[in-house]
Amino acid sequence: MTSAKISARGLSVYYGEKQALFDVDLDIPEHRVTALIGPSGCGKSTFIRCINRMNDVIESCRVEGKIAIDGEDLYAPYVDVVALRARVGMVFQKPNPFPKSVYENVAYGPRIHGLAESRAALDEIVIRSLERAGLWGEVKDRLHDPGTSLSGGQQQRLCIARAIAVSPEVILMDEPCSALDPIATARIEELIAELRESFTIAIVTHSMQQAARVSQSTAFFHLGRVIEFGETAQIFTDPRDTKTRDYITGRFG
Amino acid sequence: MSDRRGKVLRKRYAAERRFRRTGAAAVISALVALVVLLGSVLWQGMPAFLEHRVRLEVTLDETVIDPDGTRDPMLMEEANYTGLLRDALVAQFPEASGRREKRALGAILSPGAAYDLRDRVLDDPSLIGRTIAFEALLSDDADLLVRGLGGRDQPETERALSDAQIGWLDALAERGRVVSAFAARLLTSGDSREPELAGVWSAVVGSFWTLLTTLALSFPLGVAAAIYLEELAPKNRWTHWLEININNLAAVPSIVFGLLGLAIFLGFFGLPRSAPLAGGMVLALMTLPTVIIAGRAAIRSVPPSIREAALGVGASQLQSVFHHVLPLAMPGVMTGTILGMARALGETAPLLMIGMVAFIVDAPSGPLEPATVLPVQVYLWAESPERAFVPRTSAAIIVLLAFLVLMNLSAVLLRNRFERRW
Repeated sequence: MTSAKISARGLSVYYGEKQALFDVDLDIPEHRVTALIGPSGCGKSTFIRCINRMNDVIESCRVEGKIAIDGEDLYAPYVDVVALRARVGMVFQKPNPFPKSVYENVAYGPRIHGLAESRAALDEIVIRSLERAGLWGEVKDRLHDPGTSLSGGQQQRLCIARAIAVSPEVILMDEPCSALDPIATARIEELIAELRESFTIAIVTHSMQQAARVSQSTAFFHLGRVIEFGETAQIFTDPRDTKTRDYITGRFG
Repeated sequence: MSDRRGKVLRKRYAAERRFRRTGAAAVISALVALVVLLGSVLWQGMPAFLEHRVRLEVTLDETVIDPDGTRDPMLMEEANYTGLLRDALVAQFPEASGRREKRALGAILSPGAAYDLRDRVLDDPSLIGRTIAFEALLSDDADLLVRGLGGRDQPETERALSDAQIGWLDALAERGRVVSAFAARLLTSGDSREPELAGVWSAVVGSFWTLLTTLALSFPLGVAAAIYLEELAPKNRWTHWLEININNLAAVPSIVFGLLGLAIFLGFFGLPRSAPLAGGMVLALMTLPTVIIAGRAAIRSVPPSIREAALGVGASQLQSVFHHVLPLAMPGVMTGTILGMARALGETAPLLMIGMVAFIVDAPSGPLEPATVLPVQVYLWAESPERAFVPRTSAAIIVLLAFLVLMNLSAVLLRNRFERRW
């Protein structure tokens, strides 16, 4: 396994009185795709939302323990959340492009972070991001159409382009294909395989097949704890824990 | 078994039919009430848009208007145009003799006729020395008589017009000299003691300044408060309490705001009485809860996924609000604001408290000058004893309603124009 990009040690998360994560230790390796699987409400999404601190928005949410990228503690008081979210991009369950043009959707991130010095540089970033998201060919003639006019799969790829436009190191994906049809899903999965070269990816998924197809490492969450973590091939062929076995064979979940 | 089921089904259909009929009846009665209301206002108000004049040949005697031949407008303004008009009337009725009779004859004309004549001469001094055809405005009582409302059957002592005056008016009408025309002055002139000269313009301008103040205060404050409460404030007991009180504030009777304005804005801060500034501030207090509530609803209706998307690419909380949430909420915010402003436009009671119930002839040229507003003008005219103010009151209501319809229409158009789907 390659070195850990993100490492959590003793991470516990509470929503008010309710504890969602219990003392999680997890290392997400660099330049690989790590799938987080487990039944609904097991804490997968809570975990990835700690990595870009999206949980901050929820008032009652409290985080204990340590989670770090490249050894830097994400919840240290000097950490700037805005800068962190530029390093850690996120793709959500439902495609959520801004109700603006395709171009503006991608250009928004670089613009607010001041990544482009000139109009031409911004155009360059937008084109490159759309290319990497495999969307350029489909939208190059309709850059100024609203992003919401694209199909669901295209919208999700637009969201991926939007995330990579700010050159993050990590991309978090929270069930990115759950609202898409199989063909659009296949395109996103191909895209994830390509993006692995440049980014560290953590993907939450409910589809066992998807986890097996796209990921190299898999973590199985259950009731707020990591039950098992290892190479995807090993988890799916020879799980050590009976709960993992039961889940991936469809006996519960 | 199936018989029972059929019975239940029939009962259910009957209940549905009953409910449908009740609903339709409610809508129809509301419509009838509206039609009756608007119909009576229009019926009473339309006559005020017509005025009656007498066509006369007026000799613009240079010795009366400009005896020194200086053509100095200041001097020409002072000339006795009433006398010129009376002479023209006497020319129609040579039998009228003696000062009293001539004065009575002149009294069938409005004082406004002399102002019209003066303005005509000042506009074109070359008319001096010539005899021109001039349409002189009738007084309110003469106007009513011409419309057939003068109360001819009453004894002379209880009438505004004497038998002689009625005779002259009938004669003028017979000679085809009484003409009717569109009463533009109803819209273009200010208030007056003479019903036939009174117009809504000063009240319209007063309403404009007042609403401008209201908008300038309540829109930014209301939107800022809505953003704060919806996006930034922690959700705790304190903000919950605040929310309840804002809702309560929206239900406070408007006269209470007037008393508050009287005590605080006039009494404590010493703002000028009757000024649109003070009135606008009072109405802003009254409109604020509406704007805040509408603004919050509009902001809340923006899907959270948009906020997540913005935060996800590293926008700050404020950037997410101003770049994404607020633009999407704007149609709703503006609709709420316009409806609040429409309510403020129709508000009378709080403005009475701060003295905007003044008699205003000249349109105010700024928010610090004494002014009145349209609904107060309606109130003032409704209180006036002159009979001719009755149609004028309804006409002012028509103008007010026209503005209200315009504002509500623009709210609907804005909503349809900018409504987005996602």
